[in-house]
Amino acid sequence: MIPPFAYVRARSIDEAVALLARPESRPAAGATDLIGCLRDEVFTAKAVVSLGGIEAMTGIAETADGGLRIGALTSLTTIVKHALVAGRYPALAQAAASVASPQLRNQGTLGGNLCQRPRCWFFRGGYDCARKAGDTCYAMQGDNRYHCVFGGSTCLIVHPSDTATALTALDAIVSIAGPKGTRSVPIQQFFVLPEKDMTHENVLAPGELVTTISLPAPRAGLVSVYRKARARASWDFALAACAAAITIEQGKVTAARIVLGAAAPIPWRVEGAERMLIGRRLDEPTRARVAAAALNGATPLEHNAYKVAMLRGVVSEALGSIG
Amino acid sequence: MDSHDPHDTPHDAGVSRRGFLTSVSTGAIGVVSAAHLAASTANEAPPDMTAADGQRAVTITVNGEARRLSVEPRWSLLFVLRERLGLTATKTSCERGECGACTVLIDGETRYACMTLAVEADGHAVTTLEGLMQGEALGPVQRAFAEEDGLQCGFCTPGQIMAVEGLLQKTPAPTIDEVREGVSGNLCRCGTYAHIFKAAQRAAELKGARS
Repeated sequence: MIPPFAYVRARSIDEAVALLARPESRPAAGATDLIGCLRDEVFTAKAVVSLGGIEAMTGIAETADGGLRIGALTSLTTIVKHALVAGRYPALAQAAASVASPQLRNQGTLGGNLCQRPRCWFFRGGYDCARKAGDTCYAMQGDNRYHCVFGGSTCLIVHPSDTATALTALDAIVSIAGPKGTRSVPIQQFFVLPEKDMTHENVLAPGELVTTISLPAPRAGLVSVYRKARARASWDFALAACAAAITIEQGKVTAARIVLGAAAPIPWRVEGAERMLIGRRLDEPTRARVAAAALNGATPLEHNAYKVAMLRGVVSEALGSIG
Repeated sequence: MDSHDPHDTPHDAGVSRRGFLTSVSTGAIGVVSAAHLAASTANEAPPDMTAADGQRAVTITVNGEARRLSVEPRWSLLFVLRERLGLTATKTSCERGECGACTVLIDGETRYACMTLAVEADGHAVTTLEGLMQGEALGPVQRAFAEEDGLQCGFCTPGQIMAVEGLLQKTPAPTIDEVREGVSGNLCRCGTYAHIFKAAQRAAELKGARS
């Protein structure tokens, strides 16, 4: 049985913000990660604030400039099935479709998927690890086969979200409401490395919540894709993933985003590899050079050297499916 | 009152003696509900907070029947179905959203009852395996699993059947890939997946034959 907590349903974003400003109040959207964390006592909650009744946070709408506004409470299934998402932002549709199982996609939301806690088995297990404000990252000495090859310092998690990787490639904007009002953050500035904040995966301050995820209108010639490698194809977190969003005009690449998933504590953009694509045709030799360059500077741990080859493989596959 | 006592379960709809005692002993439910109603018309009213050691009045439509219950915020829908309503077809297994044995339909969509708080099911319609029965006869998906031997030990079977039911409600004539996808959130430790896929396709035929 989960330890007891109080429960309240917020009727508006403002009310949710006020309720979440209280100590140890946790928001519940789909709550699939919340319930897992509470049950395993990864963290505790004095109160759970249900967001389910906030109409303003659901649904997908086209913006005046041809982009999309996706309410943070929109279910992953709704995103997978939405024609405009699949048509204009296939990387997001593919990433959302690759999350967990049908049951969890029916319940889980886009905002929740971005804000889920890491899957590190020391963090999820009974360890008083650095991410829980303890002294040690146990993955440094322990079994680190699922940990990062980029961006680790005093904590070696990978970010678990598939949609975060895709939304980073698509230059999404995250809208946040909080006690000091609302703000919008480019998704690349939403996630934070452990060297900046060891105990949080993103910039949300106490009392803040994600309300909307916005996608800019796709440029003419934009193609995007998400590739995910996992131990169990039917249902698993990524071992290696890549989202690519490439704009091709008159046969040549004019803009590129390549983002690695399950590689770092945040979605990991590889700008050096992106630059190699500009002005080039996406032919096989170019794809191979870029896939190799994408892993430049990777620092595998004792048990996860396989990830370097696997990440190179998913980058190569992602670019190959576009080129 | 020991709120976890399974013998305190109101098996019948309406105000049973035990349901009445539960309401009285947990106190103030009528008052709280009135506050909640007022809040829907006057938004400045404070939100309806249920204390960690309190219970909340919810109405969940289970297999077509409105069930009024008092639930602790931390109770899962799975706990309420099994231990408060006596509907034990929905199985408790991993309790962490990894196996699918507790699959039910909520408003027609497949969900894990272990990962759903009962308070969050308030106002929604839940279908369990019991709800697929046609009187004393098996429903079409259940019949298909029996005909195609879609089980070995049978423990995951209620969840598999609910996953197939949910799939067929959205996709009446699924391809084999859609079937695989539809039951991909349900583990079978006996490994009888090939038979489960056949049962799903047979179920589609049986449901089609009925309509």
